[in-house]
Amino acid sequence: MLVAHTLLLLIIGACAGILGAILGIGGGIILTPVLTMVLGLPIKYAIGASIVAVIATSSGSTVAYLKDDMLNLRVAMFLEIATTIGAIVGALLTGIAPKNIIYVLFGCLLLFAMINMIRKLRQHALQQQTVTADRYAEHLRLNGHYYDKATQQEVNYQVKNVPGGFMMMLGAGLASGLLGIGSGAFKVIAMDNIMHMPLKPSSATSNLMMGVTAAASATIYFLNGDIRPDIAAPIALGILCGAFLGTRVMQHLNSRLIRIIFIPILAYMGFQMVLKGCGVHF
Amino acid sequence: MNKQNDTEIQDVQVLIGKILRLGVIISAIVILIGLLLLLFTGTTGYPHLGYPHSFGVIWHGIWHGKAAAIIMGGIFLLILTPVLRVVVSIYAFFKDHDHLYVAITTTVLIILLLAMCLGIHGI
Repeated sequence: MLVAHTLLLLIIGACAGILGAILGIGGGIILTPVLTMVLGLPIKYAIGASIVAVIATSSGSTVAYLKDDMLNLRVAMFLEIATTIGAIVGALLTGIAPKNIIYVLFGCLLLFAMINMIRKLRQHALQQQTVTADRYAEHLRLNGHYYDKATQQEVNYQVKNVPGGFMMMLGAGLASGLLGIGSGAFKVIAMDNIMHMPLKPSSATSNLMMGVTAAASATIYFLNGDIRPDIAAPIALGILCGAFLGTRVMQHLNSRLIRIIFIPILAYMGFQMVLKGCGVHF
Repeated sequence: MNKQNDTEIQDVQVLIGKILRLGVIISAIVILIGLLLLLFTGTTGYPHLGYPHSFGVIWHGIWHGKAAAIIMGGIFLLILTPVLRVVVSIYAFFKDHDHLYVAITTTVLIILLLAMCLGIHGI
């Protein structure tokens, strides 16, 4: 029984890791719905296991890539002040918030991820507009540069709207702590849409920030006993292997097709969780 | 001046990557040992498939070879890897004489330690 259970969780973790790497979404958003809706685990243990998975994904990606030139360490550290505070508040709220609300919020998050994925599919090569840095960006030296392999050019970029990005990061941290997700999509929105940082450094920086943000809420979950070793251990090991495999096979796969297949799955899981939160069962 | 700083930061980033890689591998091995022990013995080492979640009990359990305690120790090491990244980044900014970012990164570390205190006191 215990062996079968562990193997099942290992496989779920590995699949979440592979899918997460291919689709460019955190494993957490796949794990919690599967653990609660398919295996019937209490949502707090599902969230506890998935926050560990988020850390495994973020730290594990450095096993694949030792150094990331896209990374903007200053932007990451400055905005982490916001995400870690948000994550602590989120983790403390999970303890007192009614379970129904958590289900509804998570369902909405899945639907949001679905819309985001459709938006990405329809989006064509965007032209990088010139951005004038605001005084915060100058003062905090957040402007950076990276080497674009596709165009073989060194790209210098400026960021603006720093206070707006900071506020968005508080929200991203809150969502991460409350729902046990990496909330990478929210982080990319804060940097890409609000601060107008180019997409590539935004994604790389967001991946680093996910781990640090998740560490803030994970310690609270860990010490509160919301992380069950028999669930979190196979999930973490599975996701480490899955993420490693995923980054390897990613280049050979048609990620567009996988995205199209995945959109109805996200919609289905999202609606199901919203309905469960509203007390409707199938 | 700027170019030299850039290469120094790059060196430190490679170092951060190596430290993290080691941290992830060590925690994965510890978790795997605990998990195998759990599967072979069929018990967490605590009554009713219980498990420890405070540092004292986990530490005590590890020395007594209790499966759940070893897994929890490994999971905690995994949680520490991003914290380690923050610590090494403080050093990187310090070497770069970037006092503003030494302060900012130290603030992040303090917030992470605060989370630990909140968890320990069971809020």
